[in-house]
Amino acid sequence: MIRRLSTAAVAWSVVLAGVSLTAATAQTVKVGIVNTYSGPEAQVGDQLDKGIKLYFNTHQKDLPAGVKVELVVRDDTGPNPEVAKRLAQELIVRDRVNVLAGVIWSPNAAAIAPLSRQAKTPFVLMNAAGAAIPRISPYIIRTSFTIWQQAYPVGKWAAKNGIKTAYTAVSDFIPGHDGEAAFSKGFTEEGGKMLGSVRFPLANPDFVPFMQRVKDAKPDAVFIFVPGGKQATAVMKAAAEVGLKKAGIKIIATQDIVPDEELPNIGAIAEGVITAGIYSTAGDRPANKEFLAAWKQAYGANSTPDFFSVGGWDGMAAIFSLVKAKNGKFTGDEAMDYLKTWKDPNSPRGPISIDPNTRDIIQNVYIRRTEMKDGKLVNTEFETIPAVKDPWKEFNPEKK
Amino acid sequence: MSETVSDKIAAAPAIAAFARRDRLRAYEALPWLAAIAAYFLFPTYLPLGAQILATTLFALSVDLILGYAGIVTLGHAASFGVGAYTAGILAVRGWGEPVTGLLAAAIVAGLVGLLSGLLILRTRGLTLLMQTLVIAVLLYEAANKATSLTGGADGLQGMQVWPVFGIFTFDLFGATAYLYALTALFVAWLIVRRIVYSSFGRSLTGIRENMLRMQAIGAPVYVRMVVIYAVSAALAGVAGAVIAQTTQFVSLTSLGLDRSGTILVMLIIGGVGRLYGAFIGVPLYMIAQDQFSQIDPVYWFFWIGLFMVLLVSFAPGGVLGSLARLTQRWRR
Amino acid sequence: MASYLSAAIFIGFHGLAFAMVLYLISVGLSVTMGLMGFVNLAHGVFAVAGGYIMTGLMNRFGVPFPLALLVAVFTVAALSVVMERLLYRRLYGRDELDQVLMTIGLIFMSIAVAKYLFGSTPEAVHLPSWLSGHVDIGGRDFPTYRTFLIVCGMGLVIALWLTVERTRFGAQLRASVDNLRMAQSLGINTGLLFTKAFALGSGLAALGGGLGAEILAIYPGYALENLAYFLIVVAVGGMGSIRGPFVAALLIGIADVGFKYLLPETGSFIIYAMTMALLLWRPQGLFGRA
Repeated sequence: MIRRLSTAAVAWSVVLAGVSLTAATAQTVKVGIVNTYSGPEAQVGDQLDKGIKLYFNTHQKDLPAGVKVELVVRDDTGPNPEVAKRLAQELIVRDRVNVLAGVIWSPNAAAIAPLSRQAKTPFVLMNAAGAAIPRISPYIIRTSFTIWQQAYPVGKWAAKNGIKTAYTAVSDFIPGHDGEAAFSKGFTEEGGKMLGSVRFPLANPDFVPFMQRVKDAKPDAVFIFVPGGKQATAVMKAAAEVGLKKAGIKIIATQDIVPDEELPNIGAIAEGVITAGIYSTAGDRPANKEFLAAWKQAYGANSTPDFFSVGGWDGMAAIFSLVKAKNGKFTGDEAMDYLKTWKDPNSPRGPISIDPNTRDIIQNVYIRRTEMKDGKLVNTEFETIPAVKDPWKEFNPEKK
Repeated sequence: MSETVSDKIAAAPAIAAFARRDRLRAYEALPWLAAIAAYFLFPTYLPLGAQILATTLFALSVDLILGYAGIVTLGHAASFGVGAYTAGILAVRGWGEPVTGLLAAAIVAGLVGLLSGLLILRTRGLTLLMQTLVIAVLLYEAANKATSLTGGADGLQGMQVWPVFGIFTFDLFGATAYLYALTALFVAWLIVRRIVYSSFGRSLTGIRENMLRMQAIGAPVYVRMVVIYAVSAALAGVAGAVIAQTTQFVSLTSLGLDRSGTILVMLIIGGVGRLYGAFIGVPLYMIAQDQFSQIDPVYWFFWIGLFMVLLVSFAPGGVLGSLARLTQRWRR
Repeated sequence: MASYLSAAIFIGFHGLAFAMVLYLISVGLSVTMGLMGFVNLAHGVFAVAGGYIMTGLMNRFGVPFPLALLVAVFTVAALSVVMERLLYRRLYGRDELDQVLMTIGLIFMSIAVAKYLFGSTPEAVHLPSWLSGHVDIGGRDFPTYRTFLIVCGMGLVIALWLTVERTRFGAQLRASVDNLRMAQSLGINTGLLFTKAFALGSGLAALGGGLGAEILAIYPGYALENLAYFLIVVAVGGMGSIRGPFVAALLIGIADVGFKYLLPETGSFIIYAMTMALLLWRPQGLFGRA
């Protein structure tokens, strides 16, 4: 309650401050964040928000003297592209932000993208994974991931590791379609055979009939994609209900199906699941240990970050890096010239960089197995594919 | 005596007032003056303003069937969404002219309204309510699945809306959007006002108050209800098209239960069946929501919910209804 | 051939389980709307409240499942009495719109309160071990929990029908639904009857919400998101009827599971089309009075 009130007070005073100043003073950089704070999917927005705020709070001292960064936060209430678009418009016109950031949902990001081009405002995309989004506007960089980046390598991995037939079961929206296409391509390229596919509606109460369909097709493995959060738990429970594991069908997926903070809820069915992901709390590197320590200190020992949080953390890192390099003063074009080549060898997820040609993220992709360690479920990274660029853009070069 | 009975009747003050009631009164200029003032006073709030204006148009269309014909609908978003998608799909497929887009939206939405009205307006009460809901949900599912046409859950992207009359572009600052929405609202208001004060409108009130009696006197109840339903659908379609064109985006939420429910709430708060309920309820709700949800979206839900419960308990009839009661008490 | 049988059994079983949950929750709404003529759109709030109390007791205090469920049911029933006396009573006989406004307001408040108290993450349901896993019936594996749900559900339905058919309360209830004024002139205390019926309906809703927590996830937006389903069951079954919603729930539950399994591309479209067709054919619902 106190935290909410003080967040509210901060947000309100930030808004008031923004309205009263004329053009933002050169040394205050305003970052407009569009995130999801209410509605059925608020939990993933909360994870992103925590990552953003954690970086913001722990790196204040890194900013040059006299330079400040202000966060202006807005709630898009879920996958609502028109709300997101209006909020972004207001952030640009009313609050005069220098940078747009955040955005969980691909439809929302796609709606906001043209605005960043119109206003020449840099847009740091911290989560939405639709592969084509950075192409909508030259002012976008992404610090999260694309589904292709993970689903394509895991498809190849599956075919190379004894899986001969597979089925895909994905949610019916952009990232789901990406997952379906990417996995199939990687899998069939290495000699695997696709038995079929099914798509769940995005707002789906009961996954059981779909899982039964998969079971009846008897593939060696099924590739599942749903948005992270509550749907991950629900689909895994449905898989347990129909007895997928008992029938010998392996579950292969991207990280979205085993978000670190949902693992305790998902329970035993998650054991043995193979996923490709870009972040796991079990990742063994010093930057991750520091990140986890800072997280637990800020949010309590029972709180767990996940890949949403890391997207926010790294996105803020890029913004802070930009602010430091330009001493708080930059035009949209100058910002993009800088951000296009930004890199961080010490992110909690490993080394990351932005690809200057596509403005999308290049990072390690880890193949993980979900297993019990010290009485808790974790995603253990056992294979690393270094410096993966977004495969979809390689297969679909932009027509110049 | 040279004074006939009809002369006496015509002279009676109540009847005279009734005959004059469709003349414009001074206070009816207020909403338009306020809207124009807002344009100059709040230049950074114009995108929100445009949405408020278009939503007011939507609420007006609901008032037409709810307040005047007594049809409770939980699915008017169907007409709104059909209009939005019509304008949107036209703009995506190469015809971005806004005004003809509005007309197309009105026609398509009106047709859908006509067809659904023919089907469902023979029923009443809960069944009618359910049918309105089901139609909206059916259209929602259809739009959800027809991804190649509507973009499905990702929304309709790539709308290219041409400048109004070739001159006024829909830009980031929303000035064109605001004035465009205001004009559409004004024209719609003229139409609604005309209908409400016509004899057709009076027969609607009759239907709402006592349907059996209307049937007994031979008034074609069913036909009238279908007609007004179709007109209302056309207007809702225009509202949807305005929002689509000014935001250059259409998503499934245009067809959702949320939208149907909230428009009902906004209208009831303002006051149903009084022509201006929409003009009060919509801005009140949307501005409060805009301000509150910046502070904390969770609190917004709680306070608006509480407000609604209190409103119903202590001030039924919405804002306008309460005002009417207050002024009545004053006069006595 | 065997796979058709398999599919049919699967659809029948899961459809039945879903139908149980839908019925338990919606029967109270049917009674409220048919008896008191009250459009209670907030009925789902009782269901989700039951779910929250049950999972709260289980997860935070380690209360065993059956006890948690019972406590949830009686708590919600008690709370509903308070609400009926304080709030709903004032709106009997009032305009439909007022009832719609108030109950939507209640839904909004419930969403905010749930989010504040419990967060937006759906509540985890940790079933006791004797309910997890699978049970062997006639050579096939069925999930134990859903089997339990069906058995429990059927038991409750039979108990409910016996109550309505055989007890004095049930007779008074049926009489009042049929003709309220006549019932009043016979000396039936309809005010008290309303309260009892409301409590019963809300308690059943809480039961449905708790038992069905794995099928309809317990999270703040529950009452709004599932509203359409509950209303459809009542409208198709026939408002005021006790048996009607059962048949409606069966139809909808089985159709929902069936279409998701056989024709996943169609989504819920067919269910809604069926509902519309059915209401066009019989506007009063399957068992409603014309």
